[in-house]
Amino acid sequence: MSDLHKLTGAYAVDALDDLERARFEQHLAECDDCRFEVAELRETAALLADSVSIEPPAALRDSVLAGIAQVRPLPPVVTPMRTPATTLRRRLPLLVAAAAVLIVGLGAVVWQPWSEETPTRLTAAEQVLDAPDAQQVFLDLGDTGQATVTRSKAEDRAVIQTEDMTSAPEGKDYELWLLSPDGEFTSAGLMPDGGDQTLVLDGSAADAAAVGITVEPDGGSIQPSSEPIALFDLTQAT
Amino acid sequence: MEHVRPVPDGVPAKGAPSGGDAARLAGLLGKAALGDQAAFAEFYDATSARAYGLALRVVRNPAHAEEVTQEAYLDAWRSSARYDAQRGSAAGWLLTIVHRKAVDRVRSVEASTARDETWNREAAPIDHDQTAEAAHASLDATRVRNAVATLTDVQRQAVELTYFGGYTHTEVAALLDVPLGTAKTRIRDGLIRLRDLMGVAS
Repeated sequence: MSDLHKLTGAYAVDALDDLERARFEQHLAECDDCRFEVAELRETAALLADSVSIEPPAALRDSVLAGIAQVRPLPPVVTPMRTPATTLRRRLPLLVAAAAVLIVGLGAVVWQPWSEETPTRLTAAEQVLDAPDAQQVFLDLGDTGQATVTRSKAEDRAVIQTEDMTSAPEGKDYELWLLSPDGEFTSAGLMPDGGDQTLVLDGSAADAAAVGITVEPDGGSIQPSSEPIALFDLTQAT
Repeated sequence: MEHVRPVPDGVPAKGAPSGGDAARLAGLLGKAALGDQAAFAEFYDATSARAYGLALRVVRNPAHAEEVTQEAYLDAWRSSARYDAQRGSAAGWLLTIVHRKAVDRVRSVEASTARDETWNREAAPIDHDQTAEAAHASLDATRVRNAVATLTDVQRQAVELTYFGGYTHTEVAALLDVPLGTAKTRIRDGLIRLRDLMGVAS
């Protein structure tokens, strides 16, 4: 633990990589001293910007103000919608699993462990999950959680179901991807934080060779900016 | 601390300033949360030199710096209701967003390119006098530079490589050829010293 405490400085100046950051944020959720110190050191680091300040081009102001005119500010965080934020943070990923990306195809798994736990499953998802030609790939992501991708060629859709999935690191989102047979990634939408979910992927899935998950900057990316933390190989599913 | 650069008369200090100004910025964010675009414009005017200067210092390319700055302000606008004055200053909150985006930008750009050249430039000490010419003259900038000048060379190097250079602590350790624990400690000790000198308390 004493080792983790010393990361406050590196964390405050964004000098941790994604995995280290996720691990440290998990520690932060439980360590008041570190949270306090991080706040102070961030404030301190921000003062360094005073020594490099430069007036931006006037056009930037116009762009910013034109931009905000089109966006509604988010509401304040009132009551947590799922689990209390601290609990979520406590369950933040030891994304260590990412180090070794597992590519596993388990073939046809006749197994729907979530059918009782998620009575409010979306109809669109049910259509895929119950399709006669549904194919499933299950991946155990270690401390990050577990996920199953189900694809129906007839429905042309894929569904991901997660279990005990930890939240993406602060300022990051999980993004889902459909990988074409020639290796092109197409975004299939963001995966909201939340331990157990059932989500229909955006886009046509009939020809997809695989489904991937990456950790992307908040709001997602047009193309993956990092190696997938999980890759579900659909060519091996039957 | 040997000498303090005089502030010209009539030029308000724009740096992270008196408690009054900090309260004003927090108030502007509060109004922005209610959709007040004029208040946000005022917030922009009071902070944009720091935000853009920081982004430029990290990403180095002016076009990228503008993009990063714009994204950061859009984020700040969107999440203005989530800013909590109890947990830090409004300027610090904004600059944390800017810094994170700038660092993400250099890392993703450099994921595909070598960064040797960057290191050569980064290794050279920052020429404060030259920076001062382009930078906004302010009392706080002087205070910050004086505080930075009291760090040991290795502390200053570690803080500048991470905060301005956008390097991870692992990369800093490799660049300086020191154990990871040493790099970690230098960053933290340097920041703690700056915190104490500049009287930052959360």
